Amino acid sequence: MPATTMPKAQREQGHARVFDLGQQSLRELNQALHQLTPGSNETAWEVLNPKGSHSVAVGVDQPISVDVRGSVGYYCAGMNDGAAITVHGSAGPGVGENMMSGQIVVKGDASQYAGATGRGGLLVIEGNASSRCGISMKGIDIVVHGNIGHMSAFMAQSGNLVVLGDAGDALGDSIYEARLFVRGKVESLGADCIAKEMRPEHIELLQGLLDRAGVTGVKPSEFKRYGSARTLYNFNIDNADAY
Amino acid sequence: MCGIVGLFLKDKALEPKLGAMLSEMLVSLSDRGPDSAGIAIYGAPTGNEAKITVQSPKPERDFRGLDVDLAKAVGAPVSVAVKSTHAVIRTTPEKVDTAREALQSLRPDIRIMGAGEAVEIYKEVGLPEAVVERFGVRSMTGTHGIGHTRMATESAVTTMGAHPFSTGADQCLVHNGSLSNHNNVRRELVREGMTFETENDTEVAAAYLSNRMAHGKNLGEALEDTLSDLDGFFTFVVGTKNGFGVVRDPIACKPAVMAETDQYVAFGSEYRALTKLPGIDNARVWEPEPATVYFWEH
Repeated sequence: MPATTMPKAQREQGHARVFDLGQQSLRELNQALHQLTPGSNETAWEVLNPKGSHSVAVGVDQPISVDVRGSVGYYCAGMNDGAAITVHGSAGPGVGENMMSGQIVVKGDASQYAGATGRGGLLVIEGNASSRCGISMKGIDIVVHGNIGHMSAFMAQSGNLVVLGDAGDALGDSIYEARLFVRGKVESLGADCIAKEMRPEHIELLQGLLDRAGVTGVKPSEFKRYGSARTLYNFNIDNADAY
Repeated sequence: MCGIVGLFLKDKALEPKLGAMLSEMLVSLSDRGPDSAGIAIYGAPTGNEAKITVQSPKPERDFRGLDVDLAKAVGAPVSVAVKSTHAVIRTTPEKVDTAREALQSLRPDIRIMGAGEAVEIYKEVGLPEAVVERFGVRSMTGTHGIGHTRMATESAVTTMGAHPFSTGADQCLVHNGSLSNHNNVRRELVREGMTFETENDTEVAAAYLSNRMAHGKNLGEALEDTLSDLDGFFTFVVGTKNGFGVVRDPIACKPAVMAETDQYVAFGSEYRALTKLPGIDNARVWEPEPATVYFWEH
């Protein structure tokens, strides 16, 4: 869009294109983001006054940066594919749901099912995440600076969940091949989730994740690793009576 | 889905704005439930006056001359302030039960929304904006209040099926979720002498809390008991004469956000509901923990 025909609220500010949700609709914002094509010069976006809006910057598929100034509601940055999206506030349920690639940083807390079903990319929560963080994750990397709630990484298939604080009840219930690294206390482990040894390759992997998430002053050796005992993978004839 | 809100003021200077603040919070959650909406507002009790909020399907017929008829029946002064389909009846505290009984024969179609020294309850079918407008909620003053916008799941879309539900003096409750053992709990409560107006699951939760408090428990203890005795999904926000409480079931899939400043404690199903509160940018904002009781009293 040529700058002269842009609505006032969508003016260029410095290098970033500024979008004020106090004046423009969410649909206009998301449409503008979806219309970006490869090689676009509009690589920096700023969203003002989100005030808990749902679905802010969902489905972005270009390598741009989006800075959201305030707290958001449901599903922020869902399906992100390649963008670097930062929420300068807290996020409601389902932040980064089904992310494909790119990076999402939440400066505050995240509500339930952060990063659910994510297939790739990095989700960093600088505060706490609540229940069901990383539920059914399928390749995403999630780093939480604080604590996570109950039923996190439920049926997690692949990817890495790193928690600098504590984890709630039933961590990793029915987990497949995702790796869970928790530095603090785990309230309880879910079915088929067990503590595993930290081998050199895990230390190396974790150091890489901490580096990518900008975590300093924390050593990989302070974490414990959890993963699947793989006892639910195949039907066990001894359990036949249970059915 | 449903949207619920609550606001408990610590700063008396905000009391004239309670109705406006609570209305704003509720209207912001309209798309969580378009079926019906309701608000309970607690005004400061005067000590020598009790209020009964009533609703009528035919307000012109039922409210005309009600003050005179009721005063004669109870033998004490009665005033009636009509607001659309609702009216607030004021009389002396010791005459409340007599007045409730007299209403049944004087105006059989009238339904009682709630009663007490402080609470007034307004609820109707329709969107929050229509409901707060109809009852002039924005101009109401008070110390605390709760509100609800409903997407019906467990019972019919009617005025009586709208929240808040009140089952005891100055007690009321709003609920996001659905209970699965409400029929059993209702049967047990009926055996203990409680009466029910609807088939609604939330009314059972309200009556359960009233019953616990009638057995001497405080609001916090009564809320604690819901965790073992009520099965299903719930986020409850509860008001009493001088208190305000919140509890979520252990699974906690129904959303909840709270904010606290020196001036107030606020609850919303979503952060959206809190964004216009004064000082929200510097408030302590958090998601209430599952199976954890929060309550405040004046």
